[in-house]
Amino acid sequence: MTELRFIVQTLLRLLSGVPLTLELAALAVIGGTALGFLIASMRLSSYSPLRAAAWLYVQVVRSTPLLVLMFLIYFGLSQFVSIRASFLWWVLREPYWCAVLALVINSSAFAAEIIRGGLLSVGRDEIEAARACGMSGVLLLRRIVIPLAIRQALPAYGNEMVAMVKATSLASLVTLMDVTGIASSIVATTYRPIPVFVAAGAIYLTINVVLGHAVKALEYRLTPHLRRPHVNAVVGSTVDAGASLT
Amino acid sequence: MIELGPLGLFGFGPDGWGGILIKGAAVSVAAAASGLLLAAFIGTLGARAKLIGGRYAVIAAEAYTMALRGVPELLIIYLLYFGSSSVLTSFAGFFDYHGFIELPGFVAGVLAIGVVAGAQMTEVLRGAFLAVKSGEIEAAKACGMGTLLRLRRIVVPLTMRHALPGIGNVWIGLLKGSSLLSAAGVAELMRQTQVAAGSTLLPFDFYLVAAAIYITLAVLSGLLIHAAERRYSRGIVRV
Repeated sequence: MTELRFIVQTLLRLLSGVPLTLELAALAVIGGTALGFLIASMRLSSYSPLRAAAWLYVQVVRSTPLLVLMFLIYFGLSQFVSIRASFLWWVLREPYWCAVLALVINSSAFAAEIIRGGLLSVGRDEIEAARACGMSGVLLLRRIVIPLAIRQALPAYGNEMVAMVKATSLASLVTLMDVTGIASSIVATTYRPIPVFVAAGAIYLTINVVLGHAVKALEYRLTPHLRRPHVNAVVGSTVDAGASLT
Repeated sequence: MIELGPLGLFGFGPDGWGGILIKGAAVSVAAAASGLLLAAFIGTLGARAKLIGGRYAVIAAEAYTMALRGVPELLIIYLLYFGSSSVLTSFAGFFDYHGFIELPGFVAGVLAIGVVAGAQMTEVLRGAFLAVKSGEIEAAKACGMGTLLRLRRIVVPLTMRHALPGIGNVWIGLLKGSSLLSAAGVAELMRQTQVAAGSTLLPFDFYLVAAAIYITLAVLSGLLIHAAERRYSRGIVRV
């Protein structure tokens, strides 16, 4: 009975960290998408120094562990007197914004590659058709290229969002009290690691399963052309009865 | 008088941190490599279960990959590092040993990153095996090869060809994930960098050097993986 009460109490305390975890993940995904779009556009630009800079950025950020990036920002930047004296210090002294910044930079490199793939997948003929209808510039991008690119990139993007939710757990190492941070502090006082960490893991798993299903549902909505054509109910029940089983 | 080499604090002199960082990097690579071995073992079993296993094997493999893909690596490391010591200590209590026992951080950490990478490896190997054309396996059967011979000569090399890019990703992930072992007190690159940053009060310089070492390791791995991919694609005509 006491065991059950402990688990319920632990879960309730851990759940109080969920808003922070979701907030960090949402900021990382939104900021990462914005920055990633910029990087992807640079990689697709016709100006080669921009292409090279964007390529280097993606390679460097993708090969750096997120923890190193986070510590570089949180512990590293405070080393410079000029930063401590500047207005930036109002932001950079907060572990929250350091964690967000690290997550955004990390996610932008992965997002850039996914967005680039999505933009490249838009067919030449589709763009030509839009041009023939008189669209150009922003209108072409907004009506044709971006919707088609999103449809292509969405599955990979779903994986990236799940990765970001998991990555927010590192924020606990710069003192933030997200789900992982709360779990560590409970373990430090009760010394019962197994139930506490399993409960924390279950919370992350739930978030990610829900997120995965949401992305699947969105994918289904955005790809009506891939669904089987809707068969007339009468035809379906009589003529097509055998075929529909296969 | 402090003696520093040409690389200053990052050099290999008596007061340089270079040697310590390089040793840390070696521990990181060793952890990642052990993790890769474990992941390859788990991944083979997992892919086998998903492809030709019975109903319960399939359910178990699906549950394993779903759980491990949805839970942060750091939590798995905490669970195995702190969890194993609480299990071992209470287990030892049955034998009238009342001290504190723990799994070394390296072992717990490698188990953790290996189990996480094992889930990814399961999917990589499953996908790669499905990409092997059934005609190729049929041809091997028609030549009279037995199961083991067919596995060794046909299935494994062909699967490897499709799996190598995925294995490369898993390896890079392990290399980066090994930095989390610092949270279990393992003296790998990240941990040694923290020590160096703390005692020199130059965190920016040292974390930047650590990042550079991780990037170098990733670039070198990329070259190796690329060479391996070319070797396993020898039989493919490039147009």
